[in-house]
Amino acid sequence: MEMPKPDDGVIARRHEIAAALRSIVPGEGVIVDEEALRPYESDGLTAYKTLPLIVVLPETTAQVSEILRYCHENAVKVVPRGAGTSLSGGALPLADGIILGLGKFKKILEIDYDNRCAVVQPGVTNLGITDAVRADGFYYAPDPSSQIACTIGGNIAENSGGVHCLKYGLTTNNVLGLEIVMIDGEIVRIGGKHLDSEGYDMLGLLTGSEGLLGVVTEVTVRLLRAPETARAVLVGFPSNEAAGSCVAGVIGAGIIPGGMEMMDRPAIAAAEAFVEAGYPLDVEALLIVELDGPEIEVDFLIAAVEDVAKENGAVSLRVSNSEEERARFWAGRKAAFPAIGRISPDYYCMDGTIPRSQLPRVLSRMTELSETYGLRVANVFHAGDGNLHPLILYDANKPGELEKTEEFGSEILKLCVAVGGVLTGEHGVGVEKRDLMDTMFSKEDLNQQQRVKCVFDPKSLLNPGKVFPELHRCAELGRVHIRRGKMRFPDLPRF
Amino acid sequence: MSTILKPENVDQVRDAVAWAAAEETPLDLIGGGSKRAIGRPGNAAHTLDLSALAGITLYESEELVLSAGPGTPIADVHAALAEQNQELAFEPPDYGPLFGQSVGTGTLGGIIAANLAGPRRIKAGAARDHFLGFSAISGRGEVFKSGGRVVKNVTGYDLSKILAGSWGTLGAMTQVTVKVLPAAAKTRTVLVFGCGGRAATAAMTRALQSPYEVSAAAWLPQSLAGRSDVGYIKDAGASVTAIRVEGPGPSVEYRCGALRTQLAEFGTTEELHGHNSGAFWSEIRDVRPFAMAGDARAVWKISVPPQSGAPLASSFVETLGGEVFLDWGGGLVWLAVSVDTDHGHIRTAVSAAGGHATLIRAPAELRATIPVFQPLDPGLAKLSKRLKESFDPRGVLNPGRMYAGI
Repeated sequence: MEMPKPDDGVIARRHEIAAALRSIVPGEGVIVDEEALRPYESDGLTAYKTLPLIVVLPETTAQVSEILRYCHENAVKVVPRGAGTSLSGGALPLADGIILGLGKFKKILEIDYDNRCAVVQPGVTNLGITDAVRADGFYYAPDPSSQIACTIGGNIAENSGGVHCLKYGLTTNNVLGLEIVMIDGEIVRIGGKHLDSEGYDMLGLLTGSEGLLGVVTEVTVRLLRAPETARAVLVGFPSNEAAGSCVAGVIGAGIIPGGMEMMDRPAIAAAEAFVEAGYPLDVEALLIVELDGPEIEVDFLIAAVEDVAKENGAVSLRVSNSEEERARFWAGRKAAFPAIGRISPDYYCMDGTIPRSQLPRVLSRMTELSETYGLRVANVFHAGDGNLHPLILYDANKPGELEKTEEFGSEILKLCVAVGGVLTGEHGVGVEKRDLMDTMFSKEDLNQQQRVKCVFDPKSLLNPGKVFPELHRCAELGRVHIRRGKMRFPDLPRF
Repeated sequence: MSTILKPENVDQVRDAVAWAAAEETPLDLIGGGSKRAIGRPGNAAHTLDLSALAGITLYESEELVLSAGPGTPIADVHAALAEQNQELAFEPPDYGPLFGQSVGTGTLGGIIAANLAGPRRIKAGAARDHFLGFSAISGRGEVFKSGGRVVKNVTGYDLSKILAGSWGTLGAMTQVTVKVLPAAAKTRTVLVFGCGGRAATAAMTRALQSPYEVSAAAWLPQSLAGRSDVGYIKDAGASVTAIRVEGPGPSVEYRCGALRTQLAEFGTTEELHGHNSGAFWSEIRDVRPFAMAGDARAVWKISVPPQSGAPLASSFVETLGGEVFLDWGGGLVWLAVSVDTDHGHIRTAVSAAGGHATLIRAPAELRATIPVFQPLDPGLAKLSKRLKESFDPRGVLNPGRMYAGI
């Protein structure tokens, strides 16, 4: 994985740039000291590290605007950053670019229950929104597993999901408005407390744009009333196929569960050893199906799910009978990543999405690949929406093992695409999957996406080196090469 | 002379657009033509009729996904889904009758290009929220795609969002993929009689803040209730506030009962069951109160914060003599006014409330004179123009349908 070659001219101007930034953000908001820069050298994808040129931590939208205007005028690259929990290297610094950290934007500006929304700053954590409204019976639906730490601004950048998104949608389905600052410093407001956009859906375009189009400085999210109750069913299966067909059976029965998660044998073993959730250890696959709503509905649906599970050969089945038990069912799943971390020096988390029916095929091919590469792999799967998280176990201290892991990971993602899926479901392309984009997209597809980038950032200063395998100059992309159609095409029916 | 180009495959669509781009001659994109009278009137010499790109190419009910040509009649999609007890959860409206057309002429591509949604918008989202991926021909005459056939996907920019609601100005879609969902086993609607718009909004808000998973909330004043074909509504002799719950039978009965108890203080309550409930919500979805024969008034669709709908609506009734009803828990105002009313007042009031208004039905002369879509702030206008140029540099795809120069 190669990043664009740093511009020595910009690096040489480091002091001048720092001074300019200090004139915008006074005090300790501009970091240049190497020790203090160190915490910013990577995000959640720690395999890649680069020390940024400077870190700047503004506190107001006006400061963000001034910083970006300065960077635009002086051709300084900018990497926006929330909490730095990205698993795709979306916030990986550039040696010749500044990190624009939104960590000080921590205020919840307004909670408006009557319009069922909240207006928050981008540095508020995902869980922080729910925490602020929980006592009144409300919550914010998307719940990525990093929700304690990850920020809503980062969620916008990655269009984060979580275990509940099959029923309640992703970030993009739960955001009503944004304030963004463009690379030239212009502040643009999109949406608000109303539904749908006037004109083009810029809200939808910006969500999931990985910090390449603008910097989010304010977010309006939808608030939902919390369901009256939730219960979970823990079901063990003798094979991945059986678990997969149970998932299809649940959906085929017309049930959209609040959450439907699957773990394979290695993931079950690691999680059980770590948190003692009470998972059965003699099964190949484990499903956690959560139903939420009024008690009468949950009881009704649990009975239906039990029937489907039995029809599909479940060998163990437990229904949570208390909040405490439900939490324990989830504890193992939620701790799956750290649990893997305990049994391997390092692990690499992948994030493909596949059509659910392809799961057995993908898992068995993964087992073959695991043998070929001599690397263990454990799988957790958002079974309801086909989002697969294979965790490849490796040891970064063994020479060549990271490279081998990356190659294994690439093979898995190519497999996901080959069966009709995509490279990334919720972690983003970042730097990690950048060089695989052409397995999914043609040159024309990628050119059109980059033309959209040019609309927002013609000098390519915002988070360059991410998402796109090849950076084109905007002028080159903008040229119109139209093959003159055969005049009056003879084959075309006309009336 | 105006020509209608009716391609039968992707290559022919590409040829047609490439030819138009080379000639710099605009194309007017249509599917079933049900929404042709929406938008700024165009002067394209040629029509690109995509209705032959029809047919469902993939439908996997257990995967909750369907792909089809954009010209596929929405009625065909409904029929295929109904066989598996599934549906398009965003309740695509049929505006045909609003323009004096028969029902069922719309296409899947048209619904997506207009990003429409029915009463379930507040719970399930709009077309944009169910639009997973597409192939299209850009104004450069190039085939491009975005998205995929899976729900969870952040691979590259979500161009599906930008195509949804672009009214054919960014690409001629050749294939679309949507998320489908199970249809509810049971539906009931709680009616509360006799509330004015503000009280109705309070009742709807109470319902929407409850844990009873309300899937639609609308209000009709007495005069419009009288136009319903549903007996309980037509004969109410009062305004009607309607709250819908859907789901498994026992749950629907429980929630319906709980809502009636909670809403009793707002007025007498009643409930609609399956058939009547379905008929009533299609009337709301399709704006049938303003689709009576001979009704030639201008119709505005206004999206505002839910609490702002009722005050705006009553101010329009007072100052302009219009008729209104509310959907989306108060956040959607449907307004019918005389064609020669002060439309500028509507724009100003909606902007002040924080939302947007679209002139859905009006004679071409009026649509040529006043902005049909909400005028954009300068920053957004600049971005929109550049976005259009990036997809369609020669301006051949429905130019000016939404905004002059776009």
